[in-house]
Amino acid sequence: MRGVPARGRPRAGEKARLTDREGFLAWAFLLPSVVYLTALVAAPFCLTVAFAFSDANSAAPSYRFAGLRNFRAIFRDDVFWRALGDTLALTGLSMALVVFFGMILANVLLADFRGKWPVRLLVLLPWTTPVALSAISWRWLLDSAYSPVDPILRDAGVLHGGASLLGRPPLATASVVAVHVWRLTPLAAVILMAGLAAIPRDVGEAARLDGAGFWRRLFGVTIPLTLPVIVVAAVFGAAVTFADMAVVRVLTGGGPGASTQVLPALAYHRGVEDGDMGQGAAIALFLFPLLLAGVIGVLRAVRRPEDANDGEADGEEP
Amino acid sequence: MRGEPAGSERVGAAVKAVEARGLVKVYQGARKERVRALDGLNLTIGHGEYLVLLGPSGCGKTTLLRTIAGLEQPTEGEVHIGGHLANGLPPRLRRVAMVFQSYALYPHKTVRHNIEFPLKAEHVPRHMRERKVRWAADLLGIPHLLGRKPRHLSGGERQRVALARALVREPAVFLLDEPLSNLDAKLRATTRDELRRFQQEIGTTTIYVTHDQDEAMGLGDRVAVLDAGRLRQVGTPRDIYDEPADTFVATFVGSPPMNLVSRGDRLVGFRPEHLLPAENVAYDSRVTMPLRIDRIEYLSGDRHVYGSVTRIGLETRVIARLPATVITPLTVGETHEFAVPADRLRFFDAEYGTRTAPVRIGG
Repeated sequence: MRGVPARGRPRAGEKARLTDREGFLAWAFLLPSVVYLTALVAAPFCLTVAFAFSDANSAAPSYRFAGLRNFRAIFRDDVFWRALGDTLALTGLSMALVVFFGMILANVLLADFRGKWPVRLLVLLPWTTPVALSAISWRWLLDSAYSPVDPILRDAGVLHGGASLLGRPPLATASVVAVHVWRLTPLAAVILMAGLAAIPRDVGEAARLDGAGFWRRLFGVTIPLTLPVIVVAAVFGAAVTFADMAVVRVLTGGGPGASTQVLPALAYHRGVEDGDMGQGAAIALFLFPLLLAGVIGVLRAVRRPEDANDGEADGEEP
Repeated sequence: MRGEPAGSERVGAAVKAVEARGLVKVYQGARKERVRALDGLNLTIGHGEYLVLLGPSGCGKTTLLRTIAGLEQPTEGEVHIGGHLANGLPPRLRRVAMVFQSYALYPHKTVRHNIEFPLKAEHVPRHMRERKVRWAADLLGIPHLLGRKPRHLSGGERQRVALARALVREPAVFLLDEPLSNLDAKLRATTRDELRRFQQEIGTTTIYVTHDQDEAMGLGDRVAVLDAGRLRQVGTPRDIYDEPADTFVATFVGSPPMNLVSRGDRLVGFRPEHLLPAENVAYDSRVTMPLRIDRIEYLSGDRHVYGSVTRIGLETRVIARLPATVITPLTVGETHEFAVPADRLRFFDAEYGTRTAPVRIGG
């Protein structure tokens, strides 16, 4: 047993432990993520940049600088431009729907009712399921052979003859959008929920007393005040959708024709399946400035209203 | 209708601006406990009256205000506004305007759009809206702020904007929920004065919630003292102060509070300012008591004398407030003969705290 040290006197005899040094702790906690990011994000990214400017392919993996040749090739390629357009349209449509449904869901989740915790948990499930798995279950749902949806639509007169959900361009695209929306809505709802919960209760009540009905409160108060959060949810969802290839690959394989081909899937197709690593890398790299510009642009755009949306940012504590 | 004069219980009384009848509000707290925020509350407010709800925090005064506003539904009882039953009506149909403690301005809207919002909700045509916004802004002296957003305003300015927003709709009743509590002490005093002048100018019925007795006594035509969801007393500030209905009101109002000395089954109460050295109290009708002085504070010209008295009841610690005009020399540690004019004594039931008839105390 050790004696109790005299109170109030610094215990000079003991050395400071390693964990007492904040500099060390900072590094200790940061290191795993630094290693992780370097190995799985930074290194592949640099490799992609390098490949994009080379004529590397799987048959001859030697590195020879090729300048902008890969880029020139893909810019001349119709499939690339179609895929780019489809990707943008798909992402835009998905995000509009995700925000719309997310907002509804967020309001449902915020409402106080019995058993809201199980409901909240269930609602989050689509997000926690691995993309490929959920895409496979969706294919089973929508496919012509075993699908329960197909005969229902056939009975309802929506589908005729040899047409199937995943086999006709507009329907196939709609299916891909549906899966993305299904998958991303819970996440958006949770983000939007945080935004809605951050609106001071007084402000909503003031609007009710000021005579505003539901729609005026929604468009005059709620949406303007949650706009920054809506944008965050949309940008985040867009980045995930834009860069996702699993859904398209599992659900339609890019077909019918190339009607649901998206850029990441095309990059994979060119780079891995066709073995043209240079072109694949160039396509993949093309996404990067596009996403970056999109994200920066949108975040800039909400910066200014956010500046005015101080809500709780300043002001005296009561 | 019950509001019609013929059917009214008070013959000849005009329709009241706001009437609460037997209001009960029960909150379901965590762990199945139930909180009775309002416990059978009756209150009437006349047209153009300035009524202050005063009480400690958690006494139900804000709940009462929110129930009148329609933000809360009463568990039992009725709210009548302008003679009409308002239970179940949404806030927007009640013609009430509320100023929140936090002011609850729309942070993304300019001052102009904040004030205009209630008018837009009522589909007032644009030229009328502009006139009314201008009128409200002029009345509150904020026309130069119309283009700004709330975050660029000081606390006092925000409060004016909140008032202007409440004002433009010309509501039947103003509800103010501790509107001064976010202001610093100096601004609070001047704003209190302005609030009163402003209400006299427009003459709208006002219900004002506060826990600050100075605000309550200074602002109210009548003050309603609440505790634990029940109304303790309603009356003019003078009534509340001079004729408290029970020991709660007696000790809650007044600073320092009323002294209460236990005497048998009664409590004898007297205000600190009425307890003076005996030589300063008229000889013919006074009650004297020896006071052993523990401490003397010198506060803005007054002397606050702390000590304990005996003889009129159990030995009790009391406070005497001696105005600057009383120059009797007093020192800590001595026992001095003090006295209270007999008509200043108040008597309360020792068990229930309610006011009782006076008792003769030989002095």
